Amino acid sequence: MDKMPAWADAVLVPLISILLAALLSALVILAIGESPLDALTLMIEGALMRSSGWGYTLYYTTNFIFTGLCVAVAFHARMFNIGGEGQAMIGGLGVALVCLFIPFPHWSVALLVATLAAAVFGALWALIPAYLQAKRGSHIVITTIMFNFIAAAVLNYVLVNLLRPTGAMDPATATFPAATHLPTFQDMFATPDNPLFRGAPANVTFFLAVLACVAFWLVMWRTRLGYEIRAFGHSESAAKYAGISPVRITVVAMLMSGGLAGMMALNTTMGEAERLVLNATEGAGFIGIAVALMGRSHPVGIFLAALLFGFLYQGGAELALWTSIPRELITVIQALVILFTGALDNMVRMPLERVFLALRKGA
Amino acid sequence: MDLLTLLQVLDSTVRLATPLLLACLAGLFSERSGVFDIGLEGKMLAAAFASAAVAALTGSVWIGLLAGIGAAVFMSLIHGLASITFRGNQLISGVAINFLASGLTVLIAQDLFGQGGRTPSLIGAGRFEPITLPFAEALSGVPVLGPIYADLISGHSILVYVAFAMVPLSWWVLFRTRFGLRLRAVGDSPEAVDTAGVSVAGLRYGAVLICGLLCGLAGAYLATGLQAGFVREMTAGRGYIALAALIFAKWRPVHALWACLLFGLLQAVALRYQNIHLGGITIPVQVMDALPYILTVIILAGFVGKAIPPRAGGEPYVKER
Repeated sequence: MDKMPAWADAVLVPLISILLAALLSALVILAIGESPLDALTLMIEGALMRSSGWGYTLYYTTNFIFTGLCVAVAFHARMFNIGGEGQAMIGGLGVALVCLFIPFPHWSVALLVATLAAAVFGALWALIPAYLQAKRGSHIVITTIMFNFIAAAVLNYVLVNLLRPTGAMDPATATFPAATHLPTFQDMFATPDNPLFRGAPANVTFFLAVLACVAFWLVMWRTRLGYEIRAFGHSESAAKYAGISPVRITVVAMLMSGGLAGMMALNTTMGEAERLVLNATEGAGFIGIAVALMGRSHPVGIFLAALLFGFLYQGGAELALWTSIPRELITVIQALVILFTGALDNMVRMPLERVFLALRKGA
Repeated sequence: MDLLTLLQVLDSTVRLATPLLLACLAGLFSERSGVFDIGLEGKMLAAAFASAAVAALTGSVWIGLLAGIGAAVFMSLIHGLASITFRGNQLISGVAINFLASGLTVLIAQDLFGQGGRTPSLIGAGRFEPITLPFAEALSGVPVLGPIYADLISGHSILVYVAFAMVPLSWWVLFRTRFGLRLRAVGDSPEAVDTAGVSVAGLRYGAVLICGLLCGLAGAYLATGLQAGFVREMTAGRGYIALAALIFAKWRPVHALWACLLFGLLQAVALRYQNIHLGGITIPVQVMDALPYILTVIILAGFVGKAIPPRAGGEPYVKER
């Protein structure tokens, strides 16, 4: 018998965890001498009350959906892929290579090919850690951390020594050809008398991210492969007994995970910067951890969590602009979310379970 | 390469290896007790900031050092609470601690000093000054050995000597004391320790506290010894390199010393030479940057000896009912 009803497990526990994180964040803001309420108002105004604010919020959301799904796939197979950051960097390299060297007739073709390149590059970067985990038992957390640093070094080398246009100072590629320009929300929704989403970087990749959420649900809960991944995550020995190959599941789940991380680069590299820069990922790979934990590795939860973090990111930028609160506040909030929804999960869960057990006895 | 250049590179190797060594030994205690710690980076960062901030405010580096240790121990206690008491995921807790330190340090630094997330530069008694060992001046005239003693061995701050002294001390504690035996046992088979009537949680908390203490020393050295003040993200991945060194050393103290010196040497060489030319082949600086991580992956893959972590590492202990 379950100790708690399903709704409490899926909604109540994360909700209380987030409330705790929010409460502590408010205390942090109070401690540095600012008003939490004013800060929240400013964040809401900056991120949600204007269409350009939404344009930024949804831009960040797109990143976090991809990286959140990346972490979630691995979670379902009971693995912790901390390497989303590195996989997204290498995915960006794939995007840059196809955008720079293939003359595309139209952005839609470019997007298709770049998506493929991003996914393949990201997946390949996850392949070695996956293989080492499956075949040689090297802990995937450590190897993916190491691969993040190796990816940074590779990207640094490629940008400085190979792809940097002659004469340019900053380590970045040339700007991509105009044909690879992805339509932004401004291009799609603004009319001459209603200039929506002005200057905001949200672009067509957002719909790709939503599509990825749907595909994630279909694969995980409606296909044999998804069943095998989840079975493997629940019990490796039971999965083995049922004839599921641990090596195959480990490698396939990590390839999917790396591919999703790589696709994040479409949004930042092709959609926003339109060239590959050194710090294109901006830590989004790590935020995926918070998003996946908060969203309970379910696409609906991940979408909502990504939206929340998109709001926090854009709101945090507004705070840094108008108050003396630095952007790092968002890093603190992110840490608290990871702490309470991930590591201190039992702190919330155990008392709740006791409450529900007591209620059941009373009934 | 002449002797002077060699000595300079080795000298900077020693200084760069010191924070790695302290953090590596910190991780050693924690992981040997069965608590994985990928939060070394965050603890070092918190300690670096706390020590620099308090040293800047009080003008005393010793009070700064205490504050640094306090900050790192506080972070360790969060990790202990999450991974020992509430049996949460130790890796996720480590990630959270890294972010917490990364955000809080800049937030508090900006609030206290308003200098864009850094502390004021430390001067005078706010820093650990180099110590000149006895006879360094007198012996510096002796060929070869003189400069080695005067430049390489003498002239570091106290924390460098503390770090190197920690290697035999850690070995002695872990392998020659009752506490060390129990600590290693709790990392390999906590149920045996529990059966013997020794508290698993108590031992693990002890290990996690030692880990905090050593991370505190490492962070304080970064901000008050190696550099003069705190700047944002000043640990720059050293916590992860220390983690790599720990695996490289296969969780053994003396090997940790060699691993940290090796990785320190790589950093020193990368710092001094950008690209290295070896008989027509140019090794780009990025290779030096990535080498510690590549070596660790190779070791982890088991192609050069096998790195086997403590058996109960990463798993919270649940008493049988």
